[in-house]
Amino acid sequence: MLFFARWKVWTINAVCALGILLSIPAFLPRDSIGLPGWFPWRHVNLGLDLRGGSYLLLEVDMQAVIRERLNNIRDSVLVRLRGTEIRYSGLAIRGQSVQMQLRDPQQAQEALRLLRELAQPVTTGAFGGSTPDLVATATPEGLVTLELSEVALRDKATKTIEQSMEIVRRRLDPEGIRELQIARQGNARILVQQPGIDDLETSKRLLGTTAKMTFHLLDSTADCSTGRGPAGVNCLPGSDSRDVQRIYPVRQRVEVDGANLTDARAGNNAQTGEWVVNFSFDSIGTRRFADISRANVGQPFAIVLDGKVLTAPTIREPITGGRGQISGSFSAGSANELAVLLRAGALPAPLTIVEERTVGPDLGADAIRAGVVSILAGAILVLIFIVWTYGLFGAFACIGLAANLALTLAILNMLEATLTLPGMAGVLLTLGLSVDANILINERIREETKLGKTPFAAMESGFKRAFSTIVDSNLTTLIKMLLLYVFGSGPVKGFAVTITFGIITSMFTATIVVRLLMVTWLRWRKRSALPV
Amino acid sequence: MQLFPRLRLVPDGTQIQFMKGRYAGLILSAVLSLLSVVLYFAPGLNYGIDFKGGIVIEARAPGPVEFSTLRPALSALNLGQVGLQQFGSPQDVLIRLERQRADVAERCRAKRPPANEQERQARQRAVTEEEAQQCAVEEVRASLEAYRSGTQVRRVEAVGGSVSRELFVNGMMALGFSLLAMLAYIWFRFEWQFGVGAVITLLLDVTKVVGFYVLTGFQFNLTAIAAILTIMGYSINDKVVVYDRMRENLRKYKTMSLRELIDLSINETLSRTIGTSMATFLATIPLALFGGEALEEFAITMLFGIVLATSSSIFIAAPILLFLGEDKLRRGPPAEDAQAADAAPIP
Repeated sequence: MLFFARWKVWTINAVCALGILLSIPAFLPRDSIGLPGWFPWRHVNLGLDLRGGSYLLLEVDMQAVIRERLNNIRDSVLVRLRGTEIRYSGLAIRGQSVQMQLRDPQQAQEALRLLRELAQPVTTGAFGGSTPDLVATATPEGLVTLELSEVALRDKATKTIEQSMEIVRRRLDPEGIRELQIARQGNARILVQQPGIDDLETSKRLLGTTAKMTFHLLDSTADCSTGRGPAGVNCLPGSDSRDVQRIYPVRQRVEVDGANLTDARAGNNAQTGEWVVNFSFDSIGTRRFADISRANVGQPFAIVLDGKVLTAPTIREPITGGRGQISGSFSAGSANELAVLLRAGALPAPLTIVEERTVGPDLGADAIRAGVVSILAGAILVLIFIVWTYGLFGAFACIGLAANLALTLAILNMLEATLTLPGMAGVLLTLGLSVDANILINERIREETKLGKTPFAAMESGFKRAFSTIVDSNLTTLIKMLLLYVFGSGPVKGFAVTITFGIITSMFTATIVVRLLMVTWLRWRKRSALPV
Repeated sequence: MQLFPRLRLVPDGTQIQFMKGRYAGLILSAVLSLLSVVLYFAPGLNYGIDFKGGIVIEARAPGPVEFSTLRPALSALNLGQVGLQQFGSPQDVLIRLERQRADVAERCRAKRPPANEQERQARQRAVTEEEAQQCAVEEVRASLEAYRSGTQVRRVEAVGGSVSRELFVNGMMALGFSLLAMLAYIWFRFEWQFGVGAVITLLLDVTKVVGFYVLTGFQFNLTAIAAILTIMGYSINDKVVVYDRMRENLRKYKTMSLRELIDLSINETLSRTIGTSMATFLATIPLALFGGEALEEFAITMLFGIVLATSSSIFIAAPILLFLGEDKLRRGPPAEDAQAADAAPIP
């Protein structure tokens, strides 16, 4: 074990040098030392607990999505069976299905044929196969059940989460310039991590709005004084806080949907100077809007956002250009917020914040200081102890430890891992644990020397015997850290990450780098006794 | 060529008959662990918000915080028990609230009309705990601002019931699986007696750490799980080193009694055991001193765990092996011996 081929020596030196080089970006800003452009300038990210920021765990209301689909199905059943021979009663949503009772059970087959047309295809598998999302069954008594299939529910969940994540991103980071991390967690959760907490309240507001915008006609004949309009008409309040009492009779039928918007910008009205939101439709929206406005000149229409009437102007002339303006009592801020929401699109389901962790930036700075001071102090204490106990070989061990830290940092840099405060604690513990390897080796060498072995023989068997112990003890720790990573969450994961890489690299530095140092020294000084 | 006298924590040639104290060690350890289990049930652990749900808010006022005025201001919010703790400078205060009951959310709903249809629909459903946490945070923020303007909220953690239950289950699974993994690993690498000995020792260790958490009143949260796992890792490291030496000596000294052999192995590895403990201890001390609110408890627990793990390697793991393996370990498992015996020519 004591002979190192020339290429091995070079490789070991190269790995250490590379480790030191790649660990630099963690300390210095880019371009501060004039490294060439191809140099992989990657560095660890500071966790939110170190630089300040917020961690929001959002839960998507899947039930709402399913309810909406079931509502749609019920409505389509009404439309589909209208004008057919089929008579039924008791059409209603029960659990995750829509049920109805046929007057004539003989018509079951015909009814099922018609109702199966309502199903939407769900893509399954990688080859583009698809199955209907509805399972329609009928009992001999004529009870017809339309149920959402298991596959459909799963597909719906996946799509809802993906869509929600995309919309959350577009809302919180419309320009795509913020360091925002949005990740899926489990079946119905989204984790949003953003640095900085200045606009946390805005973020929460943006996430708490579904932003479903629709265009409706008003029914000026309907009576809303009882709070409930006649069939086909909703009585909706105005959004303006000044006339929150005002109730509009809005027809249920959606004329144009917010999904047909292509753009929305905050701006000033040229005449009044107040803040407005200008929007434009895509081609379908433009055509529909033109048709409706042509047919209803002189009538009022309403722009409804999440169940509130934003504005209800009267159509003065056909609007064919596909552009419109929402006015109301906007401020610059609220006009901008609405524009962002409209551009991003509506959330497919409401989101709830189930976990919030927020750290202010100055607290983060304190934490960094605490971490750095602890690491430095700990390292110095360990170095003193190890040199005091093992002398020169202790000093070699310290060089090994330094290489250990550099390599660990280099790997974290390369992976662009996240360094948290517990992660910094992990660095310290790594220091303690990797010293263990050095202590094992040195103690072994001492024992072998006491048995009267020559320096080379003592070192040889010292390393060899200590090695299996080192592997055993490190592997058990690695297993633990893997489990902590899998089951832990947030900053604690950072602890597992630093210890894991710290231990892996310590196997290299403690057994190979330190051995090379010792062997080189021994060949050079040709001592007859080891300084242990 | 020694420039300075070397530090030897364990003098060379130390020979302590540890196995003499095996009953005392085991009994003491068992009693302490039993007491810890009792403590676990009463008064019980101080669960942190990770596992219990609830709210922690750290705030910094422009001047020193007077609890006598802040406490009534926060109690007036009617959010259940309010824990106030000062740490660091007198301007800093840590506010702990228990997990809010769902009906707290009604108050925020009442204060703010539904902003949109979705919210109106949401409000037809029952109030949720999650909504209540957010509501309580809002109220405390407002109240802090009213208490003294310029008070900064530096940190907020709000965990609802469903998340905290999951985190707790996950934490316990991490602990359980790692015990199993250790048993399997040691069993695979050594004889089964070693595996059982190690896991029993770990169980005794872990219960004592839990007892430590009860006694100190430290927050039992995800960081505590990390601490326990690290202590377990550290403890098993220690056992592996001692066991490794025993296995080696079992092959080397074929006639020595197991009791002598265990004593010999412990003594031979003693200076390493103490040395490593010392180094890890030294590395952890600064964390306990400067680590701040978040890491202080972790570090102090680690320090306790290091002492615990070191002593349990000597006084627990080894005697258990002596009881389990009195004659079995001797009979032949070492593979090399068996092979050597097979290969030996029969005269």
